Amino acid sequence: MNGSSSDRATLSRRVVLQGIATIAVAGVAGLRFDLTGAFAAANDAYPEDAFRQKSEADAIKALYGKTAEASDKVRLDAPEIAENGAVVPVSVSSSLPDVTSIAILVPANPNTLAAAYRILPGTTAMVANRLKMAKTGNVIAVVEAGGKLYSAAKEVKVTIGGCGG
Amino acid sequence: MASSIRVRATSRGDTTEVQALVQHPMDSGFVKNARGELIPPHFIQRLAIEHDGKPVFVADWGPAVSKDPYLKFAFKGGKAGDELKVSWTDNKGATDQLTTKIQ
Repeated sequence: MNGSSSDRATLSRRVVLQGIATIAVAGVAGLRFDLTGAFAAANDAYPEDAFRQKSEADAIKALYGKTAEASDKVRLDAPEIAENGAVVPVSVSSSLPDVTSIAILVPANPNTLAAAYRILPGTTAMVANRLKMAKTGNVIAVVEAGGKLYSAAKEVKVTIGGCGG
Repeated sequence: MASSIRVRATSRGDTTEVQALVQHPMDSGFVKNARGELIPPHFIQRLAIEHDGKPVFVADWGPAVSKDPYLKFAFKGGKAGDELKVSWTDNKGATDQLTTKIQ
């Protein structure tokens, strides 16, 4: 594992917050590091459960196990008006240090979570992609930085929906 | 068969910018075909990118990612000639991968 000690600490916090309360209670640094490896592998799996959630809060909780606060350091670029909801260009970037993950949510869609990106050490805190939007609504960007979650939202008006005829 | 993946990776200064385009239907499972039957979900779940064997980016996608997904990101390090490997897996277990060189 080539992550720095702060990466490890971040990962540990994340694991703890995912419900391993016993580790927090024990609070033994060595024990936490030993477990980090095992849970890092579990963390690596496709977050199937998070992608099934219907609400923004549930999806963020399933993905990260915590809640996000609004931040002007999360930059979300999306069009004001999307003529075609099947292809809405969305990009997210952040000036926050130690960004480890970026997620994009569309609460108006049948399933809220659209995409989740792992930002590995050395990778820039920026991602651009194209998403489907069923109807007019918010696009929400969530950035995990230093173990905390920050978010930004923008409304996109959709004139033709992207989830069906 | 031609690869489903097209990648352009350009090194500028100490940063490499990667743009990837994948051919995939990304069926959400909510759309009906001409006969009114639901088209079952068929979408890429994970796309991973490695630079010289070291992971630099992992994308986890749901069916809300547009058909023929496009992705842009950047990472520090990487120079012209380095190998970049892009691979994906979809919800039916299909996979594809492409190794290219940074320009």
